[in-house]
Amino acid sequence: MGRTLYDKLWDSHVIRSYDDGSALLYVDRHLLHEVSTPQSFIAIEKKGRSVRRPDANLAVPDHVVSTTNRHLPIADPLARAQTQRLVENVARHKIPFIPLDDQRQGIVHVIGPEQGFTLPGITLACGDSHTSTHGAFGCLAFGIGASECGIVMATQAIRQQRTKTMRVNLVGLQSPFINAKDIALAFIARIGANGAAGHAVEYAGPVVAKMSMAERMTLCNMSIEAGARVGLIAPDDQTFDYLRGRPMAPKGEMFEHALTYWRTLPSDADAQFHRELTLDVSDVEPHVTWGTSPEDAAPIGARVPSPEDLTEATRRERRRRALAYMDLKPGDPLEAIAIDVVFIGSCTNSRIEDLRAAAAVVAGRHVAAHVKAIVVPGSGLVREQAEREGLAQTFLDAGFEWREPGCSMCVGMNGDRLEPGQRCASTSNRNFEGRQGVGGRTHLMSPAMAAAAAVTGRLTDVRKLMGGKP
Amino acid sequence: MTGFTTTESLAAYMPEQNIDTDAIYPARYLLLMEREGLGPYLFHDRRFHGDGTPKEGFILDLEPFSKAQVLVAGAGFGCGSSREQAVWALTGFGVRCVIAPSFGEIFAGNALKNGLLTIALPEEVVARIGAAAQRGARFRIDLEECILCVDNEIVATIDLPEGQRMALLNGWDETDVLLQEEGDAISGFETRHRMAQPWLFQGST
Repeated sequence: MGRTLYDKLWDSHVIRSYDDGSALLYVDRHLLHEVSTPQSFIAIEKKGRSVRRPDANLAVPDHVVSTTNRHLPIADPLARAQTQRLVENVARHKIPFIPLDDQRQGIVHVIGPEQGFTLPGITLACGDSHTSTHGAFGCLAFGIGASECGIVMATQAIRQQRTKTMRVNLVGLQSPFINAKDIALAFIARIGANGAAGHAVEYAGPVVAKMSMAERMTLCNMSIEAGARVGLIAPDDQTFDYLRGRPMAPKGEMFEHALTYWRTLPSDADAQFHRELTLDVSDVEPHVTWGTSPEDAAPIGARVPSPEDLTEATRRERRRRALAYMDLKPGDPLEAIAIDVVFIGSCTNSRIEDLRAAAAVVAGRHVAAHVKAIVVPGSGLVREQAEREGLAQTFLDAGFEWREPGCSMCVGMNGDRLEPGQRCASTSNRNFEGRQGVGGRTHLMSPAMAAAAAVTGRLTDVRKLMGGKP
Repeated sequence: MTGFTTTESLAAYMPEQNIDTDAIYPARYLLLMEREGLGPYLFHDRRFHGDGTPKEGFILDLEPFSKAQVLVAGAGFGCGSSREQAVWALTGFGVRCVIAPSFGEIFAGNALKNGLLTIALPEEVVARIGAAAQRGARFRIDLEECILCVDNEIVATIDLPEGQRMALLNGWDETDVLLQEEGDAISGFETRHRMAQPWLFQGST
């Protein structure tokens, strides 16, 4: 019987299989950032261990770094100390490092692919749940905790349970202004925030084949919001073209050698998945979230749903709580919801394609008077390219703030956060209570939709704003 | 870590689905670089107002549940961020076991590394024992016998992969175990892997 991409990735990394269905897997790559590794290094050093293969690691500060005034030390002493701790830890263990003042600095899940550190066929781990992003390159990439980061660094291995597989076939035609983010939100709304738990999700079909690497990364990134630790997309010519010439990717003959192997990775035609699901993207509208879980997503033309529509008591109660937190009433049109802040950024949507999509909407327009809008590029290289392409100027002319790269307001650890009660149109990945700041209210959406919201000051169907049919 | 064999206690019930790790441990406290003493930050924003004064009525602050070592919760407990602090805050608070229909997978993996037992049971069973928890039932969890008792009645068997069960029972340091027992296997694999995919080793000597 044929094997899935997941099967091939798994099988090719098994060091040892155990009777209970778990296996010890070899870890090819480990990405580090400042927040999830201080305790990992303490654990390593307490036992006098060393990092087994420093060259298999790459570290960068992203979560707590300031997105303004980079020439000054980080203002928050705790954030400054945490960033400094990373600097010291990687120096002591000779781990390749991209410092804060380096142009390559950025969000781990943006710079991994950008540097060619992320490659097809590998296993990649990082102390961050959105590590699923890298699966867009046809590798087995998953988030781990701080203890596991220490284990991976010391042993180059990790014991895992094999998961089930799910294939999501994306068919139909992707209309203009419909982004991978809309498709991801529609998928999560359908399957639930826990709906893909226990599965590695492979996205396939003609829609995926046509998607840019950026959109593929958005899809895989959001897998964790459907409960799946792993998202996957078969590598193809576009993947290989993206990687060719990247600084850390193999070069010349070695690249061609790798390519021969990478071409064997896609799921076999007769491979069996534990679950299979088809989503016709022709029917997908621009999506926004109205609640406090990514599954609380709906087409922009919809209204805030009622808790009374739910029969099960705890789900009804959960929705009541979500609407109370979001200060929304059942029946309110989503398009009537006024916003205070717009955040364009995060490992989900901060790549050049995302910024182009947002800039196309704001060009010749202006941010609504009461709205604070920020763009935080995913890396210094994205920032530089956006400046070269004139996107930065478009944002600035429209009244956006143009920031330095980092996780910023997606996780609110660096001072970029919502004030209590503020409402944000955000291209990030989580609308949990307090995620963007205590009492802050998050509506997730695509870059084009966030740009449209910035212009009108409320949740907006970008297709209407751009004169197309909704 | 400390091993887990048995625990007996009241259980606190949070029927809500998809309690995420941001709720369990808010991101701003990730700036702390310790792994101990994080109990006070558990569910911080549900338990405290912005000015630090306590909010009324959170289950783990209500007697007699403030001493509960068992948490019963809705599906998807621990979804979201990979932050291990969610586990450290729970153990720091005194929670030793979480029972739910399902868990965020990274959370469940983190729990294992810290002697926090997660037990996944069918939704109807969780609802039933959750109701019992609200009535003040005594929960007894025995990982050697693999049973969960509520008021002395066996309500479920604990079905964990044997490797995970042994790790919890013994409280071994996983890195020690791997280096001692699998060090040769790792090296052997690495040599073969380097032959097969040399481009993955270009930075190493």
